Amino acid sequence: MSKERYTEEHEWIRVDGDVGTMGITVYAQEQLGDVVYVELPEVGRKVEKGKEMAVVESVKAASEIYAPVSGEVVEVNEALTADPATVNRDAAGDGWFVKIRLSNTGELDGLMDEAAYKSYVEGLH
Amino acid sequence: MDRNPVTGTFSGNRGLQIEEPLIFEQDRPGRTGVDLPEPPKIESRLGGLDRQGAIGLPGLSEPQVVRHYTRLSQKNYAIDMGLYPLGSCTMKHNPRLNEKLARLPGLADLHPLQPRRTVQGALELIDTLAHWLKTLTGMPAVAMSPAAGAHGELCGIMAIRAALEARGDPRRRILVPESAHGTNPATAAACGYAVEAIPANERGRVDLAAFKEALGPDVAGIMITNPNTCGLFETDILEIAEAIHGVGGYFYADGANFNAIVGRVRPGDLGVDCMHINLHKTFSTPHGGGGPGSGPVVLSEALASFAPLPYVVHGADGFRLVEQDGDPAATGKAFGRLKSFHGQMGMFIRALAYMMSHGADGLRQASSDAVLNANYLMASLRDELTPAFDGPCMHEVLFDDRFLKDTGVSTLDFAKAMIDEGFHPMTMYFPLVVHGALLMEPTETESKDALDQFIAVVRALALRAKARDAVSFQEAPRLTPRRRLDETAAARNPVLRWRPPQPRGEAAE
Repeated sequence: MSKERYTEEHEWIRVDGDVGTMGITVYAQEQLGDVVYVELPEVGRKVEKGKEMAVVESVKAASEIYAPVSGEVVEVNEALTADPATVNRDAAGDGWFVKIRLSNTGELDGLMDEAAYKSYVEGLH
Repeated sequence: MDRNPVTGTFSGNRGLQIEEPLIFEQDRPGRTGVDLPEPPKIESRLGGLDRQGAIGLPGLSEPQVVRHYTRLSQKNYAIDMGLYPLGSCTMKHNPRLNEKLARLPGLADLHPLQPRRTVQGALELIDTLAHWLKTLTGMPAVAMSPAAGAHGELCGIMAIRAALEARGDPRRRILVPESAHGTNPATAAACGYAVEAIPANERGRVDLAAFKEALGPDVAGIMITNPNTCGLFETDILEIAEAIHGVGGYFYADGANFNAIVGRVRPGDLGVDCMHINLHKTFSTPHGGGGPGSGPVVLSEALASFAPLPYVVHGADGFRLVEQDGDPAATGKAFGRLKSFHGQMGMFIRALAYMMSHGADGLRQASSDAVLNANYLMASLRDELTPAFDGPCMHEVLFDDRFLKDTGVSTLDFAKAMIDEGFHPMTMYFPLVVHGALLMEPTETESKDALDQFIAVVRALALRAKARDAVSFQEAPRLTPRRRLDETAAARNPVLRWRPPQPRGEAAE
């Protein structure tokens, strides 16, 4: 299982085994504008689905990033600290935020697949 | 002839806009504004710890310094220069009477450690201002010392925490609406609470059902701005107050928008437990570079006894300050002290001058006119722009960016174009609950003529955007001392200090 799942808060997660890589969507970075700062959680932190996990600051605003699933942070993308523009350049790839070891893979069932997220975004604004 | 590639002039100046170097770049060693005698020759006893080089203070003559700062002041924009529609900031006129009184000898030269008998007038002034604040809000107590709005929030949440702990019921969560000022969740988090966002409904108000859903026995309180940051009155406020009290929590009101309801609504009647009052917004004391804020906090009966030290009491021989918990005149168990002295005295004087010169009827008219002016903007712009919510607004009007859809012009571009037209832009991209927000707060200061001119400019820009003239917006501002700045580069790689062109060690000697 490695296809992306999406939240209504515009995070994506790609799961391999019991570890998911997550970031924000291309749509989210477009809405934020130029990202100037990313605050990531510490490795080892327990996160809870739907709760604040990171902060991304753009020229427009500072926005909270919510954990798409519950679990433990096992790795963070340190490169974002030095070059936050990576989020704008490649939100779905090199601009990933953290890797989370899922505590309940069943939570993925509540997230949208790519087609559902696409129509969700089209319904906005 | 060499011409500056940007201005086209030899000097680099653009008419009366003078290209002004930094004060450090004007440094000429030995140049000075005062004629000091040569220091006598002494034998150093610093044992080799003498300073090795110059300390880097620039040398300039007095006229150079005067011109430098005058030129910098001319690059600024201020409420004294024109309409300042920055929503949520309440940039209203600062009456000169306030300034005159704040400069009175006897007030301007006070020292906070003067003997009590020499400052009876100043203590009475604090007490009189406290009386007005309590009367206008319908609340029984007020803490005067908080130095600004966010400091007032800290005071209020600390009072709530003290009250909860005093009854042996510490709690975990504080609820904050999505449209809140960012300082609200920041304050709650700083005080150790978990912050839970409450969504807005389609009318721009707190979603009552979602709020009730989030309630529980571990909720310490809710923080609500009313009118809220969308410029709308929270119509369910009484039900919200009842519900939060029902679970044993407290109701914190952010008083940032109190200027919309002064003389018409008393927060105490809405069930509020504490509210900070931005004297610098509501009562016309200068702010935003013009002076410090001041954020007294009114408190309900439930919280009054936890008010921070110090506070003014009426003693047998005049006014005095309660400075310590054990004071026989102490009215409760203070949660502590927030500020070294008594508060922003200069702002107290100005705010009281504003209140007393306006009187109760004048204050009521000021808030009414502020609301009328915002609704005049809404009514005059609603067919060209897109109001975020239906119905009348309070003291500020919120538009979203639907009117810019498919024009290639963003809210940011629109704001930059307003600068070319000689206006300070409105607040943009806040509150976050609205897409591409444009938030305008004219205040009661502006005349109909001034509003009409502003309206004409905004309408003309909206029409130009819709006429597919995106390039002129993206190039704006074109008539300012500097063109469009690279805000992204400035935020990513801020240059926070000037460095001399060559190492200081070599330049010295």
